[in-house]
Amino acid sequence: MTALTKTSWSPYAVGAGIGALSWLSFATAKKPLGITTPFESTAAALEQTLAPRLTAVNAYLATRDEVPKLDWECALCVGVLAGSYLSARAAGVRATRAVPVGWARRFGPSVPRRYAGAFLGGALMMFGARMAKGCTSGHGISGVMQMAGSSWLFSPVMAATAALASRALFLKGVR
Amino acid sequence: MRVDSPGRLLMGLGTGGAFGVLLQKGRAAKYDVIVDQLLLKDGTVAKIMGTAAAVGSFGVHALVRSGHAKLEVKPLRVGGIVGGAVLFGTGMAVLGYCPGTTLAAIGEGRRDAIAGALGMLAGAGLFVSAYPKLKPVLEAGDFGKVTLPQATHTSPWPWVTALGAAVLIGSALSPARPRRFAALRALFR
Repeated sequence: MTALTKTSWSPYAVGAGIGALSWLSFATAKKPLGITTPFESTAAALEQTLAPRLTAVNAYLATRDEVPKLDWECALCVGVLAGSYLSARAAGVRATRAVPVGWARRFGPSVPRRYAGAFLGGALMMFGARMAKGCTSGHGISGVMQMAGSSWLFSPVMAATAALASRALFLKGVR
Repeated sequence: MRVDSPGRLLMGLGTGGAFGVLLQKGRAAKYDVIVDQLLLKDGTVAKIMGTAAAVGSFGVHALVRSGHAKLEVKPLRVGGIVGGAVLFGTGMAVLGYCPGTTLAAIGEGRRDAIAGALGMLAGAGLFVSAYPKLKPVLEAGDFGKVTLPQATHTSPWPWVTALGAAVLIGSALSPARPRRFAALRALFR
């Protein structure tokens, strides 16, 4: 248990842990680790409830193979939040800053500006994840380990774009 | 709406819990760690992802070989994959978290990650609405659920070994001090 009270572990130990966790998820749930599918099915279920006559939603439901569901992967998402909460608490870490240091240095201390940036960034990122049917977990880790052609195309394009975009964002910054 | 059995949901919760602990202990739930990785000033995230893929690869292929699991890969559709990767990378650079680490960052108490998660839900909703029109673009260049060993008619084991070797060599070359990836960073200048 003393390991849990540490602030951080070696990235290699963490990586090996995630690798071993993926054996477990393949052996027990028969599924790879992934995060973003539940966001899509939750959004679809919400739209179905709030705007059942919206034709785009009906066309989506009729043709897309992701159906609204409460499944293993939804529970996985809740677990990630809870596990991180417990891990941070055990170590006595509580990050309460609303504006990260690096963001504040470049874009100023405004909280609404950071929230707006995070919201827009999150929306763009998730739209892309659902276009590609995966993210840094589903493609970057799970797909790469399975030697999936899709993931070996997604990961380098994603990494290069993210590196170029962050360079463009921080080019004139102090960094 | 399809609902999994309570046992399966509990299993997901446990697996996710362990994943969350690992992401938090790996310092991956922090904006500055992720942005420094994207700027090639820090290698933490690359080390975590590389090691996870290499270690996972051995076990998963062993499970498949012994008949205890089946591969679950996403289809290689060039339109959706390339378009999605570009939007994903751009969005991640602005948000400073990836989807899994957004959830872990909320667990750690980072309030900006809550705005990120709400944005993610909005982005998913926008995708659902745009899907019927987007479908032809997403499915352009469809090669199906193919793996690199299948496409080249080779055994997966040389691939698994090469991935493991690449991560080992990378970790041996990685300097412990700052100014990591100095050569690579020079290329961007």
